[in-house]
Amino acid sequence: QQVQEDLNKQLFDNLVSFLRRSHSEFQEKTTEWTCRMKSREIPTAALVLGVNVTDHDLTFRSLSEVLQNNITPYIALLEAKDCPGIKNLMQKLMGQLMNCYVDVDSLEDEDYVQVSQNRIRCSMTSLTNWYETVTKKTDSETPSKKRTSSSRDWQFPPVVVIFKDMESFTTKVLQDFIVISSQHIRELPLVLIFGIATSPMIIHSLLPHSVSSLLCIELFQSLSCKEHLSTIIDKLVLTAQFPFKLGEKVLQVLINIFLYHDLSVQNFIKGFQLCIVEHFYSQPLSVLCCQPVDAKKRVNSLSHDQCENIRKLPSFRRYVESQVSEKQIALLTADNFLKEVTQKLLEDLRVYHENYVSVLRCLHVFTSSLPKYPLGKQIRELHCACLENRVWETEEYESSLQLARMLNKSDLVTMLQQCVEIFVSSSGNEFDKTVEKLKEFLTQFQKLEAEAFQEQDVSISSQKELQKKTDLYHLQKTLLELKESRRSKKLTKFEMLRFEVVDYIDSLVRNYLVPADHKTLHEIVYFNTASVLRGHLNAAPRIALHTALNNPYCYLKNQALKSDGGRISNKAPDICIVYKLHLECGRLINLVDWLEAFSTVVMAVEGPNADAASSDQVDDIIHARFIRAVSELELLGFIKPSKRKTDHVARLTWGGC
Amino acid sequence: MSQPEGKGSGALQVKFVPDEEVLKHIADGAGIKVRKDKTQLTVSVKRFVKKLENISDDEAQEILEEKNYVAALGICAQDPVGNGSGVSGGEVYSFQTPKHSSKMAELAAELAQTPGQSVAPDHSECPEKTAKTPQSSSKYMFLLLMHVFSLQLQSKKKEYVATTPYRLRKRLAAPDPYLESESEYSASCSEEEDEEDQKEVRTVLSGRKTPAKTKALSTPPPRNTLAKKIKEDKMSNLVEEYFEAHSSSKVLTSDRTLQKLRKRRLNQQTLHDILKKAPLAYAAEIKELNQQHESLFSKWMLQLHLGFNIVLYGLGSKRDLLEKFRTSALQDSVHLVVNGYFPSITVRSILNSITEEVLDHIGTFRSPLDQLEFIIKRFKEDSSLELYVLIHNLDSQMLRGERSQQILAQLSSLPSIYLIASIDHINAPLMWDQAKLSLYNWLWYETTTFSPYVEETSYENSLLVQQSGSLALSSLTHVLRSLTLNARGIFRLLAQYQLENKDNPSYPGLSFQDFYQQCREAFLVNSDLTLRAQLTEFRDHKLIRTKRGADGVEYLLIPVDDSTLTDFLEKEDEDI
Repeated sequence: QQVQEDLNKQLFDNLVSFLRRSHSEFQEKTTEWTCRMKSREIPTAALVLGVNVTDHDLTFRSLSEVLQNNITPYIALLEAKDCPGIKNLMQKLMGQLMNCYVDVDSLEDEDYVQVSQNRIRCSMTSLTNWYETVTKKTDSETPSKKRTSSSRDWQFPPVVVIFKDMESFTTKVLQDFIVISSQHIRELPLVLIFGIATSPMIIHSLLPHSVSSLLCIELFQSLSCKEHLSTIIDKLVLTAQFPFKLGEKVLQVLINIFLYHDLSVQNFIKGFQLCIVEHFYSQPLSVLCCQPVDAKKRVNSLSHDQCENIRKLPSFRRYVESQVSEKQIALLTADNFLKEVTQKLLEDLRVYHENYVSVLRCLHVFTSSLPKYPLGKQIRELHCACLENRVWETEEYESSLQLARMLNKSDLVTMLQQCVEIFVSSSGNEFDKTVEKLKEFLTQFQKLEAEAFQEQDVSISSQKELQKKTDLYHLQKTLLELKESRRSKKLTKFEMLRFEVVDYIDSLVRNYLVPADHKTLHEIVYFNTASVLRGHLNAAPRIALHTALNNPYCYLKNQALKSDGGRISNKAPDICIVYKLHLECGRLINLVDWLEAFSTVVMAVEGPNADAASSDQVDDIIHARFIRAVSELELLGFIKPSKRKTDHVARLTWGGC
Repeated sequence: MSQPEGKGSGALQVKFVPDEEVLKHIADGAGIKVRKDKTQLTVSVKRFVKKLENISDDEAQEILEEKNYVAALGICAQDPVGNGSGVSGGEVYSFQTPKHSSKMAELAAELAQTPGQSVAPDHSECPEKTAKTPQSSSKYMFLLLMHVFSLQLQSKKKEYVATTPYRLRKRLAAPDPYLESESEYSASCSEEEDEEDQKEVRTVLSGRKTPAKTKALSTPPPRNTLAKKIKEDKMSNLVEEYFEAHSSSKVLTSDRTLQKLRKRRLNQQTLHDILKKAPLAYAAEIKELNQQHESLFSKWMLQLHLGFNIVLYGLGSKRDLLEKFRTSALQDSVHLVVNGYFPSITVRSILNSITEEVLDHIGTFRSPLDQLEFIIKRFKEDSSLELYVLIHNLDSQMLRGERSQQILAQLSSLPSIYLIASIDHINAPLMWDQAKLSLYNWLWYETTTFSPYVEETSYENSLLVQQSGSLALSSLTHVLRSLTLNARGIFRLLAQYQLENKDNPSYPGLSFQDFYQQCREAFLVNSDLTLRAQLTEFRDHKLIRTKRGADGVEYLLIPVDDSTLTDFLEKEDEDI
């Protein structure tokens, strides 16, 4: 039940962010609405959504929900796969719109009957009748609508038609639809929304000028999926509230799948869900991975076995070893004491997370603006680096600190201010001092600024002095002096302060950004088996087949199968032998040759104990085994029967074409 | 390797391909791993590449390295779910290399020989094999002869080989003559054969001499550059091989056919019986594998309930596994088993069984999409409805179409329908695009079982299996019994004529005019009208087929294969 709870919560989070996203778009749209009503052309909104096709569904659903609630009840969502022709498109469109109508006037039975009648007739009639019914529909509907929607702002709420995936529609269908509907725009206030995955140019390449001129297109850019990912990571991974955490490798795998495979936020969420499921399924101590209040209760009610489980955790062992001997004994024998300590440790872990997040953000503020981004542009990269090992030991961290020491003052000041904000907003109470310190830095900078003004004055005055003097020697001398003084001054004031700031940040990092696997009991909240995740989400069925066929020993742990030098032994399963043999062939394989080769191999194995009397029978068996293996290969798609030559099969795979 | 190599050196080329490949995928394997996961493994691989760089022309060392590498691969692969899938892409998707017609047989011979090389460990491991005293069967004699033969040849070869101390000799030399002797042995074992073999050996040798020479020439330069040079050579060679392989559209294979093998074709039933008799190899290991998979059942249930669907992949039939899952976990719940491998399964039948059996709905639907909508509506209305769908072979011929996959995906996306399916085809994942994948919401599980695909292949029209011959024969006799004596005679004539021409591959059939003549001569018909009437009857029973030739003449053909026809005629003779 706990799992379920977590999943729900997380899904909700996701939905909220989605809604917010579409909301912003919607806001823009309403402003546009008013101006659109007057125009002759079909108002069209082109939504550039990016390549993460799988997420679009959710976006559109929330968008249509919002529209339905606020603007118009008439929304039709069209997908390319439902509309191979204009007829199907109209059919689908009518169907969806009528359902809407039914929803609105469901009380009016008469209307309902009429609608259903219409619907049946419509689906039968030809193309031309369709427009008439459409127009007639709206005509007949408008009075009833006036009644129901008199309170609304719009007397004629627009009919919104959403094309989910514009690229996959056939151009003909789209053109026809647009031309047709443009003729009826007077009677039917139609609004089109195109969902575009690639670029807005696609509209012009899909539609000829004559058609696109009928549209009044407004472009909306939705947030890119990457930004969306960062918001999700921000909300789910980089919070102290959510008790479950991802290990470094797991996060890396998820992000890699996202970036290199599908760019789909939904899949990322799915992966995250899977992580949670796996964690709660495989880790018996995951009961403790919950909100702190519950955790206390659960720790108290731990059974003896569970206590033993805690003792078995490697991180806990490390902890025990670092304690004094009496305490060690107590930890290893007394359950009650163990529970107390566990509670304390869990609390420590929680506090660590709180601090970790704010310090991580703070460090991100510093590193994200450095040239070349030695520690990554995104906070997730920084997070991964911190999780992986001690970040301050890495070269990248060194270089970024060096770069930070060369920041100019205004940047530094704004960064410090941001850090202060982060620390103030964070819930951890350890940061009071930090905030004070940072504020102190800020005031020092301000002071410096004031001093700098004075200094400037001084230098200006000295320059004035210089102008008075015409002696070349003196000029040289004063210039040198000025130079020296400047250098020393810089070192003393601003640069010193800058060093101090950077060092302070460094100390913060060293204090708080300890990688999680150095913490005791991290196993309870961190999920770290990336391989499982990878296997389930990003599986490689071909490679599995390949290894099974080439190296059966991986799966069947039999000594006889152990191969050397990449070749399989002749005792391998039949299908492996047949596969290996077929690899040596070109496009076509002669079945007779193949069979002969196979029986050579098999007979070499069975040769010694083959019975004289039953040699015929053995032959039959080998023949049958061969048939089975070949038909299995056919099932697996390695070969197919060929008509080009009698008793030949064609190879279908790698190197066979 | 130098370029001017004739066909004779084909055997040599084979040997070099794996080395290149090893080099290649060590290189890109290391690259990938360095990029992806900084595990310990990369270190070893890196070091390994360095080692490889230093390789001189010492073949033995290279072989050793190769072995090491394969061992390393094996270590990765041992744990197939471990991080970083053990096999790099280069190995799976290698280029096409020019194939020699006899290469398969060579490999077979090589494989067959392996136990001979490692006799000692083999026997110590499986003593029961040695325990069985090999009786002096003809087979054994044959094998012995072969050994002697090859030994003899080897000794002959040694004279030639002596000048070039080439390491590959052992791997390369033996198989070639071995094969020749083996394949031709049954026919005759005359002097000629022997000479041929010797010729073969000579060509092989000449092929082998060239690279040895070039290598001898190229020894002077320092080691590093040499290694590089070899590498470059190999690269360019790979390119050449690629084009060579793709240039010739003609495929060289031998012309032998199964007919000449004078082995009767097995039909499905006998095949099944024979295979039942044959013991399943590695039963214990397979059982262990299955037990591993079975331990996942409860996990599957949990994940199914959480909205994921499960797809199983890997070599071996997953039918039994799914059956076991069904009997152990789904006993008390509503479930539907779809045998995707069944040749007449359609999406419509799946949907029908859902609507009729599960939802108790009687009535028809205009299209599968309507039906789907109905199902979705029902399942959404009634949240207590739950359905487990097990699909064996989701990637079968009938279900792999885009539309059916779309429908199944939409079905599986329903929260109260739990889908667990298996796929076997290597290209199965290509069925799904992003949208479908997200609808399916798969969790992949590797379940390599190594168990034979008994059910799945039984419906396949394999070339080697006699296609439902018994059925055709019985129907033939039944239909003919109901006909008049004259009609039977007419059919006999046609059948006999067809059998006479069975060796003619371009036999178009018997032309109507000729047939009429023959029938008249046999006093079977008196006018072509009566013959036509008879033929119409045959055609209605699908006993014959008519075809118009290029010259407009009508040709008659019995669409039954020759062996069935022979059987039929024999039976008829008995009757008469």
